[in-house]
Amino acid sequence: MNQAHVDFVLRIADDSLILGHRLSEWCGHGPVLEEDIAMTNIALDLIGQATSLLSHAATLQGEGKTGDDLAFLRFDREYRNLLLVEQPNGDFGMTMMRQFLFDAYRTILFERLQSSSDEMIAAIAEKSLKETKYHLKHSSEWVIRLGDGTEESHARIQESLNTLWRYANELFYTDAVDDEMRNTGILPDLSDLRQQWENTVNHVFQEATLTIPTNNWKQEGGRKGMHSEHLGYILAEMQYMQRAYPNMEW
Amino acid sequence: MVTASDLWLWLEEVSDPEIPVLTVVDLGVIRSVETDGKNAHIVITPTYSGCPAMKMIEDQIIEKLKEKGVDTCTVDLTLAPAWTTDWISEEGKNKLREYGIAPPENEPDKTVLFAKPTVVPCPQCRSLNTRMISLFGSTACKAHYQCNDCLEPYDYFKCLR
Repeated sequence: MNQAHVDFVLRIADDSLILGHRLSEWCGHGPVLEEDIAMTNIALDLIGQATSLLSHAATLQGEGKTGDDLAFLRFDREYRNLLLVEQPNGDFGMTMMRQFLFDAYRTILFERLQSSSDEMIAAIAEKSLKETKYHLKHSSEWVIRLGDGTEESHARIQESLNTLWRYANELFYTDAVDDEMRNTGILPDLSDLRQQWENTVNHVFQEATLTIPTNNWKQEGGRKGMHSEHLGYILAEMQYMQRAYPNMEW
Repeated sequence: MVTASDLWLWLEEVSDPEIPVLTVVDLGVIRSVETDGKNAHIVITPTYSGCPAMKMIEDQIIEKLKEKGVDTCTVDLTLAPAWTTDWISEEGKNKLREYGIAPPENEPDKTVLFAKPTVVPCPQCRSLNTRMISLFGSTACKAHYQCNDCLEPYDYFKCLR
């Protein structure tokens, strides 16, 4: 087993899993029916991606575990998702801002991963990219509508941006795992990831009349398993059934 | 003696659980069929990563082929090449329209932000004067539209490519 390869897949998988779970919390609580449906649809795409990615990670591990084992039976320090995706939903604007910052990154990542030398990753990326483009279209339009909307909506989504901006830098986090993946051709060149992401983000924020915060405090740790307090609560809810009734299925 | 063309024919009796007017063959999710004369091996591909209908489609295929006298039937899932709405047959697109769901239109690349929503003709009155209500509809594969002329709300099977 190549630990870097497993970690690399877990990072992408856990982003999908945790953000998918966060969005599913909106089910029945959306501000309007259409958005309730939209957020749960996006959650479904993300959890579908997580299913494929986690079973791939389990295969690479070769310890006889399944994707479900990885989803439901790891401890918080073993999750590799970005801090951004575990942040609470807040109001609808906060959820759309979190989604937009993530979608803008994910679209570029999946575009590149289509040429990964790991054929399973390439296949999942090709499939997921088609979905992610829709997500980006949806989240960017809401950021613009709310930012360039009423005084109230503008103030609130600007506040969301101020709150979430500290987590954006982690999108570009790299370490020895990425170096090894690049050397083996599993991770294609991503040196212009930040530039591409900034192009999208700046363009949308300009339309949305939003200002990027000048306070450049950066918070990271998720990729190494160092999470904010929020992940524990997510896992408590997500893992409850499997922990309480081991091996249950429905 | 079961042949591959028998299998294709029988698969046309299996409908999509969420859009019963379409068969799995119309939908383009059957990627290959193989038989040794007694047993069958079918490869399917999901429409969307999280499509909850895939497991049901798999079960229905196995049930249908058993009913037709196939000894054992195995169904595998493949992700590549990724499904696209271009694989929905012309017949399938007509069936969708008849059923009241607007079939996929030729859409510009969705990475182009700020593009205007696609014009989707109303499946009831064929008017082009329609509007998008929501990018997401009753299932992952659909968006929600409404006709400004006949006022009918309808699902649009979104273009995925």
